[in-house]
Amino acid sequence: MNADCRPTLTLRQDSVGALAAMQAVFTRDMKVAFRQRQDLLNPLLFFVMVVTLFPLGVSPEVSFLREAGAGILWVAALLSVLLSLDHLFRHDFDDGTLEQLVLQPQPLFLLVLAKTAAHWVLTGLPLVVLTPVLGVMVHLDGNSIGVLCLTLLIGTPVLSLIGSIGAALTLGLRSAGVLLSLLIIPLYIPVLIFGTGTVASAAEGAPVGAYLALMGAFLVLALTLAPFASAAALRISLSNG
Amino acid sequence: MWQFFHKLGSPKWFFGIAARLMPWLLAGGILLLMAGIVWGLAFAPKDYLQGNSYRIIFIHVPTAFLAQSVYVMMAVAAVVTLVWRMKLADVFVKSVAPVGLVLTFLSLFTGAVWGKPTWGTWWVWDARLTSMLILLFLYGGVIALDRAINDEKSAARAVSVLVLVGVVNIPIIQYSVEWWNTLHQPSTFKLTEKPSMPAEMWVPLLLSVLGLYLLFGWLACLRMQTEILLREQRTRWVKDYVLVGRG
Amino acid sequence: MAFDSFSAFMVMEGHGPYVWSCYAAFFLLMIGLMVWSLRRRKAAIEACRRGYELQADRQDPQAASASAASFTRVKVSQD
Repeated sequence: MNADCRPTLTLRQDSVGALAAMQAVFTRDMKVAFRQRQDLLNPLLFFVMVVTLFPLGVSPEVSFLREAGAGILWVAALLSVLLSLDHLFRHDFDDGTLEQLVLQPQPLFLLVLAKTAAHWVLTGLPLVVLTPVLGVMVHLDGNSIGVLCLTLLIGTPVLSLIGSIGAALTLGLRSAGVLLSLLIIPLYIPVLIFGTGTVASAAEGAPVGAYLALMGAFLVLALTLAPFASAAALRISLSNG
Repeated sequence: MWQFFHKLGSPKWFFGIAARLMPWLLAGGILLLMAGIVWGLAFAPKDYLQGNSYRIIFIHVPTAFLAQSVYVMMAVAAVVTLVWRMKLADVFVKSVAPVGLVLTFLSLFTGAVWGKPTWGTWWVWDARLTSMLILLFLYGGVIALDRAINDEKSAARAVSVLVLVGVVNIPIIQYSVEWWNTLHQPSTFKLTEKPSMPAEMWVPLLLSVLGLYLLFGWLACLRMQTEILLREQRTRWVKDYVLVGRG
Repeated sequence: MAFDSFSAFMVMEGHGPYVWSCYAAFFLLMIGLMVWSLRRRKAAIEACRRGYELQADRQDPQAASASAASFTRVKVSQD
């Protein structure tokens, strides 16, 4: 697909409310993504391949895989979200759509939130859908797979939200991809710890409600703070260009 | 009050104050640090549990303490940068980040070496060591981002956003690492927390913490002066300072 | 004094290598940091001075030609 047939964003200045604007941004991002399907598939392929490396590289023993499986899947999901983050603002930055977004009368953080939501639906959600298959391949039992999917369902939006800050900060820089990982991986650690910890507790038969609630708290915190930070970062990056 | 605030924001004013403060900071820092270290190394009594290896504490605790408080100071300066656009605040963040990185590395290194005689291994995934490792990553990210952005103003503000995001995360990281640690290793490995440290141990520790603080103050002033000189090259006072003043 | 002799102080009942390597790393890195920072300030002052001299040369063409002349003279004498 060449850049010319990317759908343009049409928000008429004052007549559009914030919610309608968010919806417009969201649907446009979905349209763009479905016109470039390969970009959608890449993170998923990456996810499957990373998971495949572990039995090959470490051990195909059932006992090892059962113990490490949740961690492997979580790390692989984290990495593939990280990989896809570079695209979050890049194309819009290159073709000038982002400048228009910043100039909209609607608050920028809401538009950023809409973009991040689209990013999650396009990468995080497919990862969650794919997880049961890979969970069976690493010999997780049914209960663990269920809990794992639940933690990923709560956790991947947090990854997208925190990642949007990094993507906004590194926009337009040389070697933005590596820099993005350097900035964001430390911030992903709590989500990773609780995501895998919850599955570990479930495997021991302990109740997981409290842990899931805590991950929900992470999600709420990220939802309320991250859009502001990435909106601020976007303004900084655009003024830089 | 506001006048003071504006003065504080003036690089020229700070440059002069720093020049006047620096000899005192350096002398006091070296004196206190040396006093604390010599006292701790040679005169403090041996620890009944860990033997002499505990003497690492006299540099381990100061570096760890300072590594964390430098990040908090950077966060305060980041708020000042974003809200008031004060030039000095972002000079501070930029100048001090490498110092924080070195201090964090030192606290990790001394912690690891201390772990060998105490726990029998160089590295344990102890909650505190792990959080310090993550702090090292955070410092690395701040420095990398600062280096990657060419425009001075954008770099300052982008770095400020990153530092603030990091500082919101630090308590969460610390909490989750502690939780993870208890999940994975039932408290077999812990730095022995003595209920009451005898005065012969904590007084030298206090001295070396204070000494390192002063030394950090000196380093911060020095590095900020460098940054100010480079940024204010075109101003009259820097020209006078460089061509005539000489210190 | 917590030790009987200097050698006991160095050995520290077998913990000497750990303790001393920590202190060595500490002093090495801290002194390195201090020296590096001092040098950076010196370099910054030098850079500023060179900038001003260049500026002065450009503003004052006579000074510029004088310095150019002295430059050729040096070159000739070297030949």
